[in-house]
Amino acid sequence: MTDKSPIIALVGNPNVGKSALFNVLTGARQKIGNYPGVTVERKAGKIMLGNTQAQLLDLPGAYSLDSTSLDEQVTRDVILGRQEGQERPDILAFVADASNLESSLRFALELKALNLPMVLILNMSDLAARDGLELSAQYLSDQLGLDVVETVAVRRRGLDAFTKACASVAERITQSDKNIAIDDNQWRAVLNEEAHLSYRSQSKTLAKGAIISETLTREWTRTLDNILLHPVGGILVLLAIMFLMFQAVYAWSGPPMDLIEGGFEAVGGFVDGAMADGFVKSFLVNGIIAGVGSVLVFLPQILILFFFILLLESTGYMTRAAFVMDRLMSSVGLSGHSFIPLLSSFACAIPGIMATRSISDQKDRLTTILIAPLMTCSARLPVYTMIIGAFIPAQTVGSGVGLQGLVLFGLYIAGILGAMLAALLLRRSVTKGVSSGFLMEMPRYQWPRPRDILIGLWQRAWVFLRRAGTIIFAATVILWLLLTFPKVPIDDPAYEGVSQVDYSIAGRIAGGLEPVVAPIGFNRDIALALIPAMAAREVAVAALATAYAIDGDDEDKVSANLGQKLSGQWSLATALAFLAWFVFAPQCISTIAVTRRETNGWKWPIFMLSYLFALAYVAAAVTYWSAVALGLG
Amino acid sequence: MTLDVNANRLQIKAMQLDSLPLRQKMRIISIDWTQISETEGKRLRALGVEIGATVEALHRGILFWRDPLAVRIGRMNIAMRSKTAASIECEADENDG
Repeated sequence: MTDKSPIIALVGNPNVGKSALFNVLTGARQKIGNYPGVTVERKAGKIMLGNTQAQLLDLPGAYSLDSTSLDEQVTRDVILGRQEGQERPDILAFVADASNLESSLRFALELKALNLPMVLILNMSDLAARDGLELSAQYLSDQLGLDVVETVAVRRRGLDAFTKACASVAERITQSDKNIAIDDNQWRAVLNEEAHLSYRSQSKTLAKGAIISETLTREWTRTLDNILLHPVGGILVLLAIMFLMFQAVYAWSGPPMDLIEGGFEAVGGFVDGAMADGFVKSFLVNGIIAGVGSVLVFLPQILILFFFILLLESTGYMTRAAFVMDRLMSSVGLSGHSFIPLLSSFACAIPGIMATRSISDQKDRLTTILIAPLMTCSARLPVYTMIIGAFIPAQTVGSGVGLQGLVLFGLYIAGILGAMLAALLLRRSVTKGVSSGFLMEMPRYQWPRPRDILIGLWQRAWVFLRRAGTIIFAATVILWLLLTFPKVPIDDPAYEGVSQVDYSIAGRIAGGLEPVVAPIGFNRDIALALIPAMAAREVAVAALATAYAIDGDDEDKVSANLGQKLSGQWSLATALAFLAWFVFAPQCISTIAVTRRETNGWKWPIFMLSYLFALAYVAAAVTYWSAVALGLG
Repeated sequence: MTLDVNANRLQIKAMQLDSLPLRQKMRIISIDWTQISETEGKRLRALGVEIGATVEALHRGILFWRDPLAVRIGRMNIAMRSKTAASIECEADENDG
């Protein structure tokens, strides 16, 4: 064993519980980043093997070294030591699904043929037992000549055995193991037709031989699938889950939002009272506290949305949703594969676009990337909730269905329909081609793992807070500066009645933009908010808050509710057009940046920007003029 | 036709996977790879779809469509489109029946 801390990579089929194992092994000591050049997530963490520290990598799920998607390609390249920015792992910890051994063993045998140091982990043996399956780890160990460990990641069982096995393999690593270089011919030889046939027959024999007893039990997965994949029931359940999800975003977020809002008001009030009037005080109260606070208040809603998405993913329901949606998606030229990235885009288009890497067909993937920004991401929520809160009465229609939630649901539907229409047109023009079809494993249902969901939520919250602390903070500060200068000359009677916003740099820029957006019912304040909102959509709210705080009366600077101010100044038609704009507009530089990275060039992000802005303009115009015609102007 | 070990089984009616009755264990006897794209072929093999594997059609379609199909293959459930399933020919599985 050399002095450097060993690198252990968790490898295995998708849905075998690799990430759950990774989470219990590394706890909070993990780092998520990207492999250079590709946007596949690189998850690394530290674990202790007795007294030595080791690095643990969680590689994307794969079925074979013979890759069919970007995910699988990264896994292969890391294993072979060909991935840029990543040393070749010293130990492969192969995670096999105990209740689906045959499929796991096919891949394990491929890797074993590479002669790299390896440990076999039989994970989820509790689920196998539930399915009436009892396995012999000893048999597999004898037959394969590998250390075999049984784990139940969810219950933290077998973790010591895992680290012990890795430690013992690490001890045995020799310099010659480290020097193994795998050239192209070698790994291709591992994958030739003959070798594959032998893996298949071996894995079948091994999987059969490892079974100690197999009793037929009533399978939960089968019972649940009878309902969730039912031709009619399945689609109703999916709609109900999505409806519940969006109602919950409103219903559960009230108290924590009030708390955050109250906190910022208290801080603002305190600073207001404690400091002398002047530049610094205005900067703190109007710039930072009003701006950043107005965005941070939406953290609870974003977390609720992510909570549902993580829950659906960890139970195994997400692939059923893909099954239910496949036929509908195929009518616009996509497949069920696109459903998961698109559903993730409801939280944020960035992870959504990154999730498209599991789509093997390039045209399918490109189309999905191009329509992902149309899914209502959580950054739109602050804008939607503020406008809905200000203009839509908080009453119930029918029994217990909130009108505000219903309007929100409608906005989501508008985004979905827009995306479907866009996909249909794109598939007939720029991304023309034959669809590669739909083929995916549907894992067994599992109880959600609270720990994994909490870790996932914490990671999302951190990303949001970091955004609020950097991009949103910077945009707010710049906007405040542009709104504050130059100052209206107070002593000059010629400027009496001229508002600070109108006189400022930002006001003048917005004034120039106003004629462009006036035909779609937008006023100067909206034009003002749209520019910094390019940094992040939520900034629109912060921008309006800052603008109205600067122009507001002194006494209600902080405390007055932004919604009330808006409902006094905007017509309903303008508010609705503003909502319609945000359904379609590509108001997020990060999305454009990630699209550029994923498509390797400027062509597609520019195309995306143009078609989405055009769509947004038309949608806002149609909304505005229809509303005016209905007498809502 | 070449004479092989399957010859005596040919009397049993072979069926395409997309038209199998639900909940009946069958065995794959042939796969027409020419009808399947290369990527999809790789995926199918990785998921264990091969001659001799036991299959069972579990669920078919949503609303009035008969597409896609949920199939049990070995100990795994997979979703595939009928178009793909139509290239996979099966017969009744006597061993596990």
